[in-house]
Amino acid sequence: MLIAQDLHITFNAGTPIETRALRGLSLEIPTGQFVTVIGSNGAGKSTLLNAISGEVQLDRGSLRIDDVELNRMPVWDRAGMVARVFQDPLLGTCEDLTIEENLALAANRGERRGLKRALAPQLRTECAERLAKLGLGLESRLGDRIGLLSGGQRQAVSLLMAALRPSRILLLDEHTAALDPRIAAFVLDITRRIVAERQLTTLMVTHSMQQALETGDRTIMLHQGQVVLDVSGEERRRLDVPHLLKMFERVRGETVSDDALLLG
Amino acid sequence: MSWYALWGALEIGLIYGLVALGVLISFRILRFPDLTVDGSFPLGAAVAATLIVMGWNAFAATLVATIAGALAGAITGWLNVRLKIMDLLASILMMIALYSINLRIMGRPNVPLITEPTVFSVFMSDNLPDYILRPLLILALVALVKFALDWYLGTHSGLALRATGSNPRMARAQGVATGAMVLIGLALSNALCALGGALFAQSQGVADISMGIGTIVIGLAAVIVGESLTNSRRLVFMTAAAIVGAVLYRIFVALALNADFIGLHAQDLNLITAVLVTIFLVVPLLRQRIRDRKRP
Repeated sequence: MLIAQDLHITFNAGTPIETRALRGLSLEIPTGQFVTVIGSNGAGKSTLLNAISGEVQLDRGSLRIDDVELNRMPVWDRAGMVARVFQDPLLGTCEDLTIEENLALAANRGERRGLKRALAPQLRTECAERLAKLGLGLESRLGDRIGLLSGGQRQAVSLLMAALRPSRILLLDEHTAALDPRIAAFVLDITRRIVAERQLTTLMVTHSMQQALETGDRTIMLHQGQVVLDVSGEERRRLDVPHLLKMFERVRGETVSDDALLLG
Repeated sequence: MSWYALWGALEIGLIYGLVALGVLISFRILRFPDLTVDGSFPLGAAVAATLIVMGWNAFAATLVATIAGALAGAITGWLNVRLKIMDLLASILMMIALYSINLRIMGRPNVPLITEPTVFSVFMSDNLPDYILRPLLILALVALVKFALDWYLGTHSGLALRATGSNPRMARAQGVATGAMVLIGLALSNALCALGGALFAQSQGVADISMGIGTIVIGLAAVIVGESLTNSRRLVFMTAAAIVGAVLYRIFVALALNADFIGLHAQDLNLITAVLVTIFLVVPLLRQRIRDRKRP
């Protein structure tokens, strides 16, 4: 269970380009839930993910996974609990390392890295089996540098890597956005499969409302650093994209008029 | 070039092979432009020579020298990771600091070792002249270091080191404390350079304060020459290529200096290095351009 309470993050505080990315965001995600996140540019989606992974420090608020307080924990100490797939396919894997070396790195996410050989035969067979399930023929290319793969292939491997170890939460940051539509659909398909298979608690940011409603169990909308819409269950099932779009417009309109009031 | 000069070039080339392995770790694997090398190479020489003159066992002295190099590298890493000083600048600071430190250690600009027992004198025998024995001993050591390094880079820790250089953000997301890996990598790199310095002093019979100047260029030259020999990105080949590159570089230099008709002397060494590195950097580009032109 992830509990975020009253998160505040401001970039470039006190300068003309000050950005209040999160403004008192609160969110609870029960174990095993798959939450999709939508919102316009600058709504705070990526900042929320970066706050959970530890790449961005909180100015105020508290962040917990079960009873572990995350606030002061560096990225690498959280890694055992937090798995992540980036938007940029090049970011999720190490291009100089081979496919199996990348998988070996991920197989030890969050663990002490000692002087044992990384590529144990047992790991190799396990990796080959999992890669085979992707259906990309990568199981026969274990020793190839991962830099030789396409963006879509690398993203599929990134997903596999994120699920190689158990995690308390899986963060997906628009991980299909940089791929062409066919590959994106393929990667989304693997995502659904892996999340369902391992019952992962997941937070997925997406730019597609369709995708947000069709994937997972719950959808939240961020706006100006806060959760402005939170739907699940029956209500969510009845929701379609035009409806969601209308709600989105209304939220935006309201804040615009709010600002107008303030200015007036 | 004489038979004797060839063995001499081989000996010094192999010693610089250690430096090349160090530079391979910092510049290529960790992608950290580390100039500490210019200070840690003479540091190794200074520590080893001073301790040997004080009556220490040569092997113990060499070991301490290696550890001193590791410490110097770790400090450069600390300046960068903890104090957030830019990588290149952090290493330059450490390099100039080491110049003074090396003078302090030796207490004078040079320490002669000609009459002192060295790590080589234990193995002296009547069957083999020492100008052949020394390169063979160093070859055995360098080979040992190479295989140990290959092994380390294949361990979990070694993988974390390579990921830190290749994609630090991803490495952190996998739970690698990248700051600590930078410290470990630079310590390892400079330990090898200091070991090289300690052996250099014992092989040449003197530790000198100015012997570090240009070490980083020679190390890089070796790595670059090595890379021009193989296209493989596999580590076992890369480490081997760096050592072969160091030896080849040294042989090129010896050839240039020994060819009387060119009229080059020992003081032209750094110029020769610069020209050689330039050639090895440009040749692959030229080759590529010619290949491109041939294609319709």
